[in-house]
Amino acid sequence: MNAIEVDHLTKYYSNARGVIDLSFEVNKGEIMGFLGPNGSGKTTTMRMLTCFFPPTSGTARICGHDILKEPLEVRRKLGYLPESVPLYLDMPVRSYLSFFAEVRGIPARQRKARIDEVLDKCSLTHVAHRLIGKLSKGYRQRVGIAQALLHDPEVLILDEPTIGLDPKQIIEIRSLIKGLGAARTVILSSHILSEVSAVCDRVIIIHEGKLVAVDTPHNLTRRLQQTPKILVRALGPAEAITKTLRSVPGVLSVKPGIDGPDAFIVDAEEGLPVINSLAQALCAQNLSIAEIRPVDMTLEEIFIQLVADDTEVRRQ
Amino acid sequence: MNTLTIAKREMGSYFTSLIAYVVTTVFLVMSGYFYYTNMVMFVMFVGSDVKLGLWQQTFYDIRFVTVSVLPLLTMRLFAEEKKMGTIELLFTSPLRDRQIIMGKYLACLAVFAMMLALTMLYPVLLKIVYQLEPAPLAACYLGLFLMGGACIACGIFLSSLTENQVVAAMSTIGVLLLLWFLDWNEGIAGSAVVQVLHQLSFSEHFLNFIRGIIDINDIVYYLSVIAFFLFLTGCSLESRKWRGIK
Repeated sequence: MNAIEVDHLTKYYSNARGVIDLSFEVNKGEIMGFLGPNGSGKTTTMRMLTCFFPPTSGTARICGHDILKEPLEVRRKLGYLPESVPLYLDMPVRSYLSFFAEVRGIPARQRKARIDEVLDKCSLTHVAHRLIGKLSKGYRQRVGIAQALLHDPEVLILDEPTIGLDPKQIIEIRSLIKGLGAARTVILSSHILSEVSAVCDRVIIIHEGKLVAVDTPHNLTRRLQQTPKILVRALGPAEAITKTLRSVPGVLSVKPGIDGPDAFIVDAEEGLPVINSLAQALCAQNLSIAEIRPVDMTLEEIFIQLVADDTEVRRQ
Repeated sequence: MNTLTIAKREMGSYFTSLIAYVVTTVFLVMSGYFYYTNMVMFVMFVGSDVKLGLWQQTFYDIRFVTVSVLPLLTMRLFAEEKKMGTIELLFTSPLRDRQIIMGKYLACLAVFAMMLALTMLYPVLLKIVYQLEPAPLAACYLGLFLMGGACIACGIFLSSLTENQVVAAMSTIGVLLLLWFLDWNEGIAGSAVVQVLHQLSFSEHFLNFIRGIIDINDIVYYLSVIAFFLFLTGCSLESRKWRGIK
């Protein structure tokens, strides 16, 4: 049984499209990235999965419980961090968690131990007695995650968990999420692609409410990249370098790279040991090599390409 | 169980945000003022009939304070959660809508009961110098408590319609005053209409209580008003399911 099964989920708003015919599955223990530009339907999907509102048609099952037939059971299995990280600002961290522990039905005897545990896990112990309203954005985010983890849910849904944080906090939250993934299923939405590729096992890309692709970041890269690309940085006159690179058999084109004036991107034919040939050619011309490596397509490029393809298909 | 959890949090919020203190203070100052002036009036001009008349007059005045003060307690109950987005946390927790509504209702009712309990100081002080009849006074308190309960239910409903607390408070005051004045236009309407308005209006049912009459009709009336507004609140929360909140 998959942890999450989404079955032709569709949501229309009175004045706008929400999500159209979304189907996918998330395995147990998997961290799934949910990727799309702002307004593409990520939050709408999450709100349906958390039973905040029902879909217009279609359904989904969380740990085997249907979101339409057993919403309370679904909510029990879920931990949820909404996008805007809503919190009761007038409560101290510990009372806040204690309130949700009670709502979640954690027995009074276990409550304190459980709260201490999540406080520790989210590095909140030293601010446990401070008012949430007085905490910085990064800490509030952690309180939100602590609340989602409180009842040890099987499935965790995090809507843009790192938005608005500083780089150090982003790294901390990411490693926290990565640590969670081992024991439970996580769906995490983002419009930042590097984040998704850093944390997630698989990625769902949606655009204008429609599913565009579901795959591992690695496979997505491979699928869309037609020819291997090689990045070369060499010291010397650019013209000479370009000429040398072009002369190597198997090279299809040489373009200046975006990383600096000494970087070049080489498109090569598949199946040939082009990197070796390139290195030898440069050495033969006495051009010293600073860097030479194969490059994967970045998720940014994949994303732009997928979305462009999608728009094109629709136009035809 | 969950209802009480919600109620406890709401109570805590009333006191940490100082709302409860401010509203209670205003309520006590105003009701104390009415109590004092009415007593002076009775002692100087009427002399007799303190047993019933003083309370009738005083509760008639306190009723006005109640109607204008309670909307300030109810306005935040849903409007604030909607504005802050915390409503999403409640809606995605294993809670039923009715538990959320009842929790909030009970918390507000408890604060109101506490305000009323504090006003009992006045009759206690009076009892030192004057032999009081407790029964009419009990009827007055029951009437005011029921009417307050109806005001709170109405306020919760209007709070669930908006995310702006001022809108919630002002519309509640409007509806409550209208419910109070509903039958003050005998001159215009035909007698049958007035009969209906009489039955619908807050004032007629309340006046019985402060005259010292506990009529099951009046109790049922206020309980129905409470049930009606809480039911509407339920519908209002339910509407997220077909409207789709963006």
